[in-house]
Amino acid sequence: MDMDYIYSYEPEPSSLIPLLQKTQEHFGYLPEEALEEISRYLNIPLSRVYGVATFYAQFRFEPLGKYVIKICHGTACHVNGAVNIAEAIKEEIGIEEGQTTEDGLVTLERVACLGCCSLAPVIMINDKVYGKLTPDKVRKIIKDLKGGKLDV
Amino acid sequence: MSEIKAIAVGMNSCGVAAGARETYEAIEKALAEKALDIPLKIVGCVGMCYREPLVDIITDEEIITYGHVTPKKVSRILEEHVINGKPIEEWIVKKDRLENGERKTWDVDGYFAKQKKIVLENSGYINPEDINEYLEAGGYEALKKALKMQPDEIIEVITKSGLRGRGGAGFPTGLKWKFARQATGEKIIICNADEGDPGAFMDRNVLEGDPHRVIEGMIIGAYAIGASIGYIYVRAEYPLAIKRLKIALKQAREHGFLGENILGSGFSFDIRIKEGAGAFVCGEETALIASIEGKRGMPRPRPPYPAQKGLFGKPTNINNVETWANVPWIIKHGWEEYASLGTEKSKGTKVFALSGKIKHGGNVEVPMGTTLKEILYEIGGGTKTGKKIKAVQLGGPSGGCIPDYLFDTPVDYESVNATGAIMGSGGMVVMDEDTCMVDVAKFFLDFSVKESCGKCTFCRLGTKRMWEILDRITMGEGTMEDIDELEKLAPMVKAGSLCGLGQTAPNPVLTTLRYFRDEYIAHVKDKRCPAKVCKPLIQYVIIPDKCTGCTACAIFCPVKAITGEKLKPHIIDQEACVKCGTCYNVCKFDAIKIVDAYEGD
Repeated sequence: MDMDYIYSYEPEPSSLIPLLQKTQEHFGYLPEEALEEISRYLNIPLSRVYGVATFYAQFRFEPLGKYVIKICHGTACHVNGAVNIAEAIKEEIGIEEGQTTEDGLVTLERVACLGCCSLAPVIMINDKVYGKLTPDKVRKIIKDLKGGKLDV
Repeated sequence: MSEIKAIAVGMNSCGVAAGARETYEAIEKALAEKALDIPLKIVGCVGMCYREPLVDIITDEEIITYGHVTPKKVSRILEEHVINGKPIEEWIVKKDRLENGERKTWDVDGYFAKQKKIVLENSGYINPEDINEYLEAGGYEALKKALKMQPDEIIEVITKSGLRGRGGAGFPTGLKWKFARQATGEKIIICNADEGDPGAFMDRNVLEGDPHRVIEGMIIGAYAIGASIGYIYVRAEYPLAIKRLKIALKQAREHGFLGENILGSGFSFDIRIKEGAGAFVCGEETALIASIEGKRGMPRPRPPYPAQKGLFGKPTNINNVETWANVPWIIKHGWEEYASLGTEKSKGTKVFALSGKIKHGGNVEVPMGTTLKEILYEIGGGTKTGKKIKAVQLGGPSGGCIPDYLFDTPVDYESVNATGAIMGSGGMVVMDEDTCMVDVAKFFLDFSVKESCGKCTFCRLGTKRMWEILDRITMGEGTMEDIDELEKLAPMVKAGSLCGLGQTAPNPVLTTLRYFRDEYIAHVKDKRCPAKVCKPLIQYVIIPDKCTGCTACAIFCPVKAITGEKLKPHIIDQEACVKCGTCYNVCKFDAIKIVDAYEGD
């Protein structure tokens, strides 16, 4: 496991969150070995490292799916029907928000606001935003995704 | 017609989400094909998010903006306007005429007529990744002026301008700076860019569209306070803002605006970026400080205030993005001009993010004291559905819902507080008669429950209990005692919480109870959701007279609950129906109706 990037950070407590972010960027999630090495390097107890990692919504402890679908649950999306969008996606994929499909294809995430309120309701697949959705539009997007016909 | 100087595409996150990148690439390709030597550049968002992607054709005297420019429209714009010099009138959404260095804006919706741009004056007009465009627009002039002033003089100007914290609480900025100035030892300033309220995207737009303005404000503030280090704490959900800030910081350093001995003044200061990691509570200043220090983002009691003991134990001054972005303008134009805008106690302008059911969703900047009615109807254009606006939500999970009969309320800190809502950071979510106010209250409380850091019992458990009561009410299982219980719990949660999150979390419930109590009572007594939103209380039915038997609903129904012969009225099996609303959306004949489940009218 390549963990050399860790040593480029200052060995001080305030490096913890940036290091966790770098680790997740590097591996796609926070592997146990990396957390142990960070704990040693920063001289912070492993319990504290986990305390911080579990506090922030950004951090994951499992690898992500190939496609990450972020469902926006901001206010604008909510009043424009985000609940029905989420229901439709969950039905099509068969997992709940926060889960990854067994084949590792899709991870479903719930986000508070993507900041594209004028396009509400929106979802984001990897880095691409899909806006002004309806349940049937989103079903079609998911079907295309599963059929490998989605360009994201 | 004068020569076209440049073509610009609005490329903030909102524009990119609307397809601006594809439009940009299409223009790039078409320019190359037609061998046109016209610079193509990016600009930030001018605020008309609802008409994006936006493309500007720029000459020395005029900027003509086209709206909803899909790649398909590109070749006609180039052909007719750029090559033949004939603007396509029906596609124009905005025109800026430059007269004697002043910009006069006209637009097709009357969106800009009542706006006053200070914070957003460059947004959508300059390339945020090019410091030279900021300099040409008069950027860093305020810094040069400030460095010739005494620090106390600057604090005096900011105090007299009447600028108050734009993060929501409205604390006088000059006074805050004065406290930090009086502290001794190494000092730190922080820009709070952890914009977390759902429905708020003002700070994102400023950071993405005009990052140097925030940086310049921070350098001036640091000089006035005597700080040597600055941090910008940006939420990780804003990758483009982070990218543009990094570019801007690098350019500012290269130009000597940051670093050692800034512009030969002897004053040294630099700024670092800290990325948030997805915790709403970190918008609270002591939690934000804990987060930068590498800890769980939990607030702590004050005093000591950050001005005495802040980041790493050093005196720290924290202001919001918009607050910092006002500073250069005030220094440049003087406090008198700033204080001439607004109301007695709220000076200057405020940026709002309009969203929800509003027709013209985007960023607007208006003088303080503008009424909600002017913002929602004259600028926002009413609802996109044509229905009446029932309420507007201000201040996100900390704020409240203001009903339509209070739309004459001017937006200033005191007037908005008097309604039970708060000014907040600037999110304005518009709701029409299809929005259930109990559901909205539950939505915000759900947010607070999830984002509570768990430190204070009343916030951790009280919000959860309140949510459970609201959940019962939306299921049609609530009682009148439940409503009493909500009103009893709310003040306890407020009193028993250490930080703004818990202290304000009951506001959405309290304001909806105050202004929309009849909707609560309808849910409890009649088991009815007047807005037809709460699923256990509604049914979808097909009106036989209107149904043409086109089968669209049956095809799209995800649970196959709709049956019927072709060309004959269909029916919905209520047992199987999951009330997803798909049939309602796909029916082209208005043959699907939402009715009360318990009456089944």
